[in-house]
Formats: sequence, structure tokens, C-alpha cells
Amino acid sequence: MSERLFIKGNEAVAMAAIEAGVRCYFGYPITPQSDIPEYLSRELPKTGGTFIQVESEIGAINMVLGASAAGVRAMTSSSGPGISLKQEGISYMAGSELPGVIVDIMRAGPGLGGIDASQADYFQATRGGGHGGYRIIVLAPGSVQEMYDLTMLAFDLSDQWRIPALVLADSVLGQMKESLVANPRPKADLPPKEWAVRGRGEGMQQNIVKSLYLGDGEMEKFHWKMHARYQELAEKECRWEEVQTADAELIVTAFGSTARIASTAVAMAREAGMKVGLLRPITLFPFPKQAYAALSEHCKHFLDIELSTGQMVDDVRLSVARDADVAFYGRPPGAGSLPTPEELFEQIRKVYP
Amino acid sequence: MRHDVFIAGYGGQGVLLAGNLLSYAALHENLNVSFFPAYGVEKRGGAAMCTVIISAGDTGSPVVGNPSVSVLLNQLSFDKYAARVKRGGMCVVNSTLVNTDHAELPGIELIRVPMNQIAIDLGDVRMVNMVACGAYAALTGVLPSLALHEALKKALPERNHALIPANIRAINTGAAVALEQRKS
Repeated sequence: MSERLFIKGNEAVAMAAIEAGVRCYFGYPITPQSDIPEYLSRELPKTGGTFIQVESEIGAINMVLGASAAGVRAMTSSSGPGISLKQEGISYMAGSELPGVIVDIMRAGPGLGGIDASQADYFQATRGGGHGGYRIIVLAPGSVQEMYDLTMLAFDLSDQWRIPALVLADSVLGQMKESLVANPRPKADLPPKEWAVRGRGEGMQQNIVKSLYLGDGEMEKFHWKMHARYQELAEKECRWEEVQTADAELIVTAFGSTARIASTAVAMAREAGMKVGLLRPITLFPFPKQAYAALSEHCKHFLDIELSTGQMVDDVRLSVARDADVAFYGRPPGAGSLPTPEELFEQIRKVYP
Repeated sequence: MRHDVFIAGYGGQGVLLAGNLLSYAALHENLNVSFFPAYGVEKRGGAAMCTVIISAGDTGSPVVGNPSVSVLLNQLSFDKYAARVKRGGMCVVNSTLVNTDHAELPGIELIRVPMNQIAIDLGDVRMVNMVACGAYAALTGVLPSLALHEALKKALPERNHALIPANIRAINTGAAVALEQRKS
């Protein structure tokens, strides 16, 4: 076994990006994710990569677009207010079928909000965020190890599907430290980037990267092509984790840091003799509908928990069998709003059949 | 086995370094660990706290409502957090700075260790966090003192490695005094 490091979630993201072969990082500091650019400003140039602290978040995402169009792995990271600014560029990337990784260490909002953990950007992340009707791949890590593993996966999935990928975490996951095995980048069979703009030397074909479709029927055709791609993505790339769901009478569902807190509440419920399981979506888009559909054939009671007034719960309700009941418990983000396992255990007791 | 400890004090007492030291010691023992610092607009003199979960299996929630052990280094954190300790749990306080005379903590074992005084006697009040770590390890038996000594190499930046022997003395004295206090 390789050596176990002890590092912050944010640093794990940055390490994984380097291991995944990122060539360009463009970003602007914001709490609680500034450890990512700090780490990369120090380490990325050592690998021959380029780190630029850009004048603004909008500048950063458009540099990611440019670098990606040239065929190299590029990324940016930010938190709520900065991610909002980047939406225009993400929309252009989606429209141009460009890969690229965006890391969102969520903080409380709307507006400037606060620096505490939040999950209230679920809608923004999973519904596209910018204009025009597109989706991006959204991965939700639940530990420092997953901050590392899923960041690497985000680069591979993004290249494979030519869809931008977002790693969606929060200040709990970004700031906490855990042991990490810094696994080498897994082998992936990725298509060559024949679409990249690389100049006109050596008899290369002319490539055009754009999101403008003015010809009769062109734009509509693009939308149906992407729609089919999103559907195929949903068939092939859904990921989730189940804990003690086989005999469960109640299934708690949550993502990211909330799932971690809920896992201890579920263990407390098991100790108290209640048959409770946990379903944790790892891909938020595509959403693992099939897991909810299958489990709700037998288990008719779900409890969705989020650090918001309820966003993922919509997807859960659309995914379970019609006769299944989905209860909700939320703590909207802000100082002092992080729920404890004891508190979630009480909620489990309330809704347990 | 899953052990959680909550450490709190004011900024500058080395609360986060104490959490890091316990974490590295746990890794040294091949255990899993989650270290969750309170994250806010903290500054020297402001409140500082962290939670450390040590487990042979999953560490689970990084957030703990009722910790089994709390190590509290100043009056403010004692007044605010001592009563949150789980029934049957333990509260280790820095009795140099904390007055526990009027505290009512039914079902919680209160261990008073004059941490500041011990650190001052050993030459530097800044070692108060090391005294606290020694006391925690000795009272709970979760981590052997040797693991703490080894962890110093990783928790301290290399430029401070010359201070390791002094820190080991602080850890050991904290451990010895804490065990004496429990007996009395």
C-alpha cells in the first residue's frame, strides 16, 4: 500500500489535478477554496504547467475555454459568487462541446452569503447554471480520498464525453483533513482530441470551435445531439453508494458532507435496532435514478437531508416508485447551521415507520 | 472502535496543532482519522476549535454534537462546551485558566490539569497544547505516547524539529499530571 498522507480536501483536489495531467489552472481566490490555487501556484509550474491568477472569475473560465479548445487539460475553481460569474463561460464551453474541470467548494448564499458549508447550489450545478439548456457532469465527493479520486475522474469523464465537469463539494470537505492514498491516474481509453485547434502546420485540417449555429436547423440538431449524449451519459456513468440498504425500512439519502454526517446517524439508528440504510449519490448529474427506483420497490420510506431548504429532494421524488414516501429535513447554510449526527438521528426516529 | 475528541480554546493556544498532532499519531497507529477545524473568520485571541475522529473503520461524521471527550483550554470554551460532553464522557480542562468551581456536569468526568502552569514550568507557555495532548492520550488510552512523539516529526515544520525534545517533555508531563489528577 502506498503511503497515507494527511491533507485537506482542497489540497487533495489540487494534487489530483496534477496527477490527472492538468496543464493549465486559471482562477481567482475566494474562501473556502483558496488552498486549491495556493497549492497549484506552488506545484503546477514544477510540472511544466501554467498557473495564472486571473483578474476575474470571468477571465478565468474563458481562459479555461481557450486552453481546452487548444486540446490541453485545463481547470478552474471557485465558490458560490465566483461560480455564478463563471456561468457564462461554462455555457459557452457546453455549447462548444469543450471539456474542462470546474471545482465548486460551496459556501452559503445567495449573494455574498457567508463562508459556511452549503448545498444550496445543487440546482445551479445540476441544471446547467448558465443559459441555453445544457447539462454538465456533476460529481459530489464525500471524503478527502474522494476529493482526490473524483477530481481525476472529472478530467477523464469530461474528455470522454466532451462535456464540462464540475466537482461539487463544500467548506467541510475542503477544509477537513483525512488520510489520503494518492493513487496514480487510472488508465482511461480516451478518444484523441481531433477537434482541437492547434494551428495550421504540417497539413493539419482546419478546426473551428464555436457555439454559434445560425444555419437553418443547425441549432436544433445540436440540441438533439446533446440530448442523446446526456441520455447515454445517464445510462453509463451513474455512480452511487449504498450502505445497509438490503433490509432497510427507511433509507436516508444525502450527498457530500451531509451524507457523512448522516452515515453516523444511520449507524446510531442501527444500534437502536432500527433498519435504516443510506443511499449517497456520487454523480448528481447524471442523477442515479435507477438506484432510487430499485430500492423503492421494497423500501417505501425515504428521508432526504440537505444543507438547503430542499433541492435534490425534487430529483429523489421524481426517481422513487409512486407509492414511496419522501420526507425532507434541511438546514439552510449559515454560521451554526451544520447539523449534528444526534440531530439527524432524531429526524430518523420521527419518520421511521 | 470510534473515538471522538473536541478541542477548544482561543486562537494562539495551538488548538489546531493539537488536533493535527493527535491525527498524525492516529495515522502512525494505522488508524483512520478525520480532522475537522472550526472554520470561521478566526484570529489570534478569537475562538478556535477542532474535532478529531479516530477509528479503525469509517470515521463517519466529522461533526459531533456530543463528544465523548472534550479538551477545553480556556474559560469561554469551558462555559460554552463542557455541558455538551456525552454522559459517561470526559472533560479535560486547563485549570490554570478555567475556574470550574460552579460547574455542574452530571455524568461527566471532570479532570483538571494546570496546563499553562506545566508549560510555563517547562520553559514556554506555548507548549500548553502539547500538555493537553499528553493528558488526552494518557487519560483515554486511545493513542500510545510513542505515537505522539513520532507524530511531532510530521505535525511540526522541519525548522521547528529542534523543539521536539521539549515538546516530548511537555507531552509526558501532561500525561503524568493528568493521571495523578484522576487518582486524587
